[in-house]
Amino acid sequence: MELIEHLSLGFGVAFTPINLLYCLVGCILGTLIGVLPGIGPVATIAMLLPATYALPPVSALIMLAGIYYGAQYGGSTTAILVNLPGESSSVVTCIDGYQMARKGRAGPALAAAGLGSFFAGCVGTLILAAFAPPLTELAFKFGPAEYFALMTLGLIGAVVLASGSLLKAIAMIVLGLLLGLVGTDVNSGVARFSFDIPELTDGIGFVVIAMGLFGYGEIISNLAQPEHEREVFTAGVSGLMPTKQDFKDMTPAVLRGTFLGSALGILPGGGALLAAFAAYALEKKMKIKPGEVPFGQGNIRGVAAPESANNAGSQTSFIPLLTLGIPPNAVMALMVGAMTIHNIQPGPQVMTSNPELFWGLIASMWIGNAMLVILNLPLIGIWIKLLTVPYRYLFPAIVLFCAIGVYSTNNNTWDVWMVGLFGIIGYSFVKLGCEPAPLLLGFILGPMMEENLRRALLLSRGDWSVFVTRPISAGLLAVAVLMIIVVTLPAVKNKREEAFVEE
Amino acid sequence: MHIKSQKDFFSGLMFMGIGLAFAWGATTYNVGTGARMGPGYFPLYLGVLMTLLGAVITFKSLVVETVGGDKIGKWAWKPLFFVIMANLVFGALLAGLPYFDIPAMGLIVAIYALVFIASIAEDGWKFKATFILATILAIGSYLAFVMALKLQFPVWPAFITG
Repeated sequence: MELIEHLSLGFGVAFTPINLLYCLVGCILGTLIGVLPGIGPVATIAMLLPATYALPPVSALIMLAGIYYGAQYGGSTTAILVNLPGESSSVVTCIDGYQMARKGRAGPALAAAGLGSFFAGCVGTLILAAFAPPLTELAFKFGPAEYFALMTLGLIGAVVLASGSLLKAIAMIVLGLLLGLVGTDVNSGVARFSFDIPELTDGIGFVVIAMGLFGYGEIISNLAQPEHEREVFTAGVSGLMPTKQDFKDMTPAVLRGTFLGSALGILPGGGALLAAFAAYALEKKMKIKPGEVPFGQGNIRGVAAPESANNAGSQTSFIPLLTLGIPPNAVMALMVGAMTIHNIQPGPQVMTSNPELFWGLIASMWIGNAMLVILNLPLIGIWIKLLTVPYRYLFPAIVLFCAIGVYSTNNNTWDVWMVGLFGIIGYSFVKLGCEPAPLLLGFILGPMMEENLRRALLLSRGDWSVFVTRPISAGLLAVAVLMIIVVTLPAVKNKREEAFVEE
Repeated sequence: MHIKSQKDFFSGLMFMGIGLAFAWGATTYNVGTGARMGPGYFPLYLGVLMTLLGAVITFKSLVVETVGGDKIGKWAWKPLFFVIMANLVFGALLAGLPYFDIPAMGLIVAIYALVFIASIAEDGWKFKATFILATILAIGSYLAFVMALKLQFPVWPAFITG
């Protein structure tokens, strides 16, 4: 079995003391930021990117990945105990999780979230390991036209499946693509849009944009809101064990959530957030058994399904990144950045050129999930204590870590000025209702898209029909067009808006 | 003319402005043709596309009815100013500004300044609590970033270390 061979190589890499240590650090950090509302994995990974320079690439990626899926575990704790989503993907967990806590069943809710996540994480990792090699094979058949079409599909998919205004999201992508072009053009050597500033000829730092938009932009808009009265349920978390009936109710929900989450994670624009929404919607559609608590009043399925789904989704969203080199969401865009600073070009060749990295990362996810169950269930008390720290002590620390992170990217104050500028821009985006995630995706893909478009048209001697005459490329573009058409149909449009306005 | 969605109206204008700026900037480079793309080709068309998107968004904001007018709401000037200021002062103190002959004061001084300035952003900050927070963060950052991760920072003011 090739799969077992690969996985044993991976576990060999992941089970070294240094990689176990960084996996643990990543999981702890992930849980930490997951528990704390107001700071997400995007800002955290951006902050820590510079700090991973000194590490070997495998350890760096293992740690950063741990932050992402660790945040999915931590987010549920806050959702259940405080009725605030610690992570955006835990929004739906609040609905039933908090009601369970109010009825004194916080323990079973936390256990359902933790165990469901663990199961989903294991399945997600296996799917990743099984599907990556065949997809990589396919990716080697891709020419520039196919890559351009694939990126178009990826970007369109990212906004179609996300919430908010479609037009604005597409405009944000284009803005990201344009910002990605700032700097020296690799073909002609012309410095574009650099205003004769030497620092700009290298392009805008990707950490700068991520940190400005996601870090500072969000801190400022959090501060603008009056502090919520937080009601933390700490007393009722004594018995963690769910009852037999709970297990009976949650098992099918976990299975459905895992399946749905894994499928949605692979899609462009998918990942944890969408998976959780879809899983909750599906559970609500399922019949309620007699004697079961209705949804919205503390049904354990309403906790188990979205939590399994968001964890499965966060694992499988690594598939497009690792096989095609195309990030399906903002966190994966950061992983592209992480790979590039370690001189690894993301794409299908990673599996053959860096097999230790590829399989080591996958194996570490399984280990990380096991660590997270331990971190989140028996040690839940520590995280609950954290929830009592007021935001006024947290945000100066976050501002500080952003500033240190930005400075240490290049040991240059230029980046510190730039992040200030992007902080202001980020807050303006919040005020104008423009989501920054598509911009970051566009920013990462901008140079790649231009390069592939250039090559495709060079090969076809300027004939644009190359994109529709090559079957794979035509198929990918057709799907992209279809997605836009479907979403703009009035019936679907209303449903889409409804799905994201789950109270 | 009545603006039905304030957020969309102004974001549409913003996209149009930025799109036009990029497209105009792109024409100063060699645009070329599809088969032989110059450095201006891709940004020019993206700029045009973004301008069009901006125009549609603005148009829709004047036509499509929204609940409550989709108001932008008050700008939180105070947090915006102090958070960004804390960041800028941190940069200036950490490495100095050679252009203005401001010497580097190093990491520790910069951390205290950042924590104090950022704290002002929220109402009801207290000197003692902020001072303790800054001290904890200074010691923690020194241990984590300078000792453990060995990142290259000027730690102490330049006139002390020479």
